[in-house]
Amino acid sequence: MSAEDTYYVPDQSKLPIFASIGLFLTVFGAANWLNGNDSGPTLLYCGGLLFAFVLWTWFATVIKENNAGMNNAQLKRSYVWAMGWFIFSEFMFFAAFFGALFYIRNFAMPWLSGTGDRAIETGTILWPGFENVWPVMTTPDMAANGASATTTGPDLNMSFAEAESIWNWLPFWNTAVLLTSSITVHFAHTAIKNNQRKPFNIWLGITVALGFIFLVLQVEEYIEAYQHMGLTLESGIYGSTFFMLTGFHGAHVTLGTLMLLVMWLRSILKGHFKPDDQFGFEAASWYWHFVDVVWLGLFIFVYILG
Amino acid sequence: MSAHHGPAKGITRWLYTTNHKDIGTLYLWFSFAMFLLGGAFALVIRAELFEPGLQIIEPEFFNQMTTMHGLIMVFGAVMPAFVGLANWMIPLMIGAPDMALPRMNNWSFWILPFAFTMLTSTLFMDGGAPNFGWTFYAPLSTTYAPPSVTFFIFAVHIMGASSIMGSINIIATILNLRAPGMTLMKMPLFVWTWLITAYLLIAVMPVLAGVVTMMLMDIHFSTSFFDAAGGGDPVLFQHVFWFFGHPEVYIMILPAFGVISAIIPTFARKPLFGYASMVYATSSIAFLSFIVWAHHMFTVGMPVAGELFFMYATMLIAVPTGVKVFNWVTTMFRGSITFETPMLFSVAFVILFTIGGFSGLMLAIAPADFQYHDTYFVVAHFHYVLVPGAIFSIIAAVYYWLPKWCGNMYNETMGKAHFWTAFVGLNLTFFPMHFSGLAGMPRRIPDYNMMFADWNMLSSIGAFFFGASQLLFLFNVIATIRNGRKASDQVWENPEGLEWTLPSPAPYHTFTAPPKIG
Repeated sequence: MSAEDTYYVPDQSKLPIFASIGLFLTVFGAANWLNGNDSGPTLLYCGGLLFAFVLWTWFATVIKENNAGMNNAQLKRSYVWAMGWFIFSEFMFFAAFFGALFYIRNFAMPWLSGTGDRAIETGTILWPGFENVWPVMTTPDMAANGASATTTGPDLNMSFAEAESIWNWLPFWNTAVLLTSSITVHFAHTAIKNNQRKPFNIWLGITVALGFIFLVLQVEEYIEAYQHMGLTLESGIYGSTFFMLTGFHGAHVTLGTLMLLVMWLRSILKGHFKPDDQFGFEAASWYWHFVDVVWLGLFIFVYILG
Repeated sequence: MSAHHGPAKGITRWLYTTNHKDIGTLYLWFSFAMFLLGGAFALVIRAELFEPGLQIIEPEFFNQMTTMHGLIMVFGAVMPAFVGLANWMIPLMIGAPDMALPRMNNWSFWILPFAFTMLTSTLFMDGGAPNFGWTFYAPLSTTYAPPSVTFFIFAVHIMGASSIMGSINIIATILNLRAPGMTLMKMPLFVWTWLITAYLLIAVMPVLAGVVTMMLMDIHFSTSFFDAAGGGDPVLFQHVFWFFGHPEVYIMILPAFGVISAIIPTFARKPLFGYASMVYATSSIAFLSFIVWAHHMFTVGMPVAGELFFMYATMLIAVPTGVKVFNWVTTMFRGSITFETPMLFSVAFVILFTIGGFSGLMLAIAPADFQYHDTYFVVAHFHYVLVPGAIFSIIAAVYYWLPKWCGNMYNETMGKAHFWTAFVGLNLTFFPMHFSGLAGMPRRIPDYNMMFADWNMLSSIGAFFFGASQLLFLFNVIATIRNGRKASDQVWENPEGLEWTLPSPAPYHTFTAPPKIG
């Protein structure tokens, strides 16, 4: 039977058990760190390094197997299915946070401010004086307890204020950068499918650069928030939802940029990817389109309508 | 070619394996170990509740026991057992050489021992183990939680990663590795139910990861997700948790439906009645599981429109579930039935799961739930769907397929003894809980009013009886593997399915070339 017909079932592998140990040490270290144990950071770094090393080796193994012709068309389809559903699981992770934002704004806020079914218990008795205004600059704690409040709101917020200032508005440029990068990565995809190595490298390089620019702008925005706007993770529910949604998105952009950077290096240094076989790159580009779509959700629900 | 040699020797066989049968075995033994551990916690609870008053353990430790019992049983016993069955059976049932991504398969398993070691180790930490119930409602699990909650959160994160990778593997295997001719509507129902379960897992495990992340941030980084002082809402926790939690309970029962749908036709000697309707009913149940979550929260203070919507949507689930029960009963109708151990467990499943379904319908009635909520009636309800539901189906599956796995036949007399002791034990444990619950006994309380004493004593006796009967199961399985009577290749009388076309025990590598499907 030829390799074409046989589904490649890999031999025994040390990778998964070491990946498990690495993952365990990482989270065990993180938990210890958060609980104030001295061993935490060391465990976290050791685990993280081990985990990164295993992942590196694992991907290298898969690439080698593919180049050796061990992956038949059916196995390649397995990778395609796996990446697709992995992205769906990421989508559901963000859905939890978008859902929380929706619930807070449409249910919790009106009830806290004394409207709707729960008016008496929450609004009148617990948090008198709280008004349903989003973004929450005055928290229920501040409304009810004044100067003695411990959970305070931000001084300024990230919402879009007025139409004429849009050119000075960072999220607008972030949107432009990310949308452009989705187009450039698509050009790169088209180029490699047409066996045009040079345009592929150029378009992919531009995409990586745009991803990097986005991250720099995002860091700039966080510095602005923390230093000038008094907007932090601790600024009530507005700060919580703002930083968790944009923060997890930023983490995903970081990962996506890293993935595309690796693909770019694979292409320019090793000449990987062929017109009919570039799923490593394609998977990274799917991921990139995914973080782009999440950003559009953020732009609309956190910034424009925020 | 690697595909043609046997297993490696020694411990590395299990540590480094990429073989779906090895990994299935690992999952099954791991889950049995967790079943015994979670069962031991349950017996601590029942020992304390044997009589009113506090006699054996402190209330603080009692709370840790109820919490750990639930977490270990749900995430450590039931879910891994079904993944183990999926690993063993799906490639055999669809004619695949292995799971689609064998190394990731191994990784999915080996995360679990680490996750549960970390979770169990919280029992020895300062402040004790998580004590806020397996549903870990905020603010009990945030503001008032012991420090070990951080370890709990990260354990949940990595077991979630394990589940997601396991589900991705199962989906890729089923959609991509079926033998030519094995069309979707020819797949055994166990494969169908697992396909749908895997979708549920991929959809909701990330939501669980999201909610524990919000907890982590509230605890350590002063966010306000579940804190009304900052504009958040503790009820938000319950919504996000149950958006995961309700599909989760179907994750624990849909594969059971698949197992029962395989066993009943074999011993009734009739094909399964209404195969297509079973597929559609399973899909409908999966869909409905996403729009009923707030029936767990009727008393939390929702608008009336919400109460009504979730009440009616919940009742709707009775329709596809009824279709299934009808089909199983009709399969048995006028069949030439014999009652080997797997069949006994399956028939008990149909009857007792239906009782659990009916008490579920009672709980679905929002105004009535105001009375039942957080009482032992709820405990009785979900134990009736989980113990004679999920766990009986797992046990039935082990008896049914064990001869194929190890090549030896189990001891039928001992199997039947296991069934009857387990059957009597669980009914003795959980049936009285309906009465103590309806009379108003609250759940998760170490002490209770004298009026509940008799029912509780019965429950405790039943629990120890049920626990002891599992040792018989353990003994029977080990004895079968070590020196059971040799089983035939077909094992049963004309069972349906590709797995029975293989020798017993199934060779280490099977279907390296896809079989022809007639």
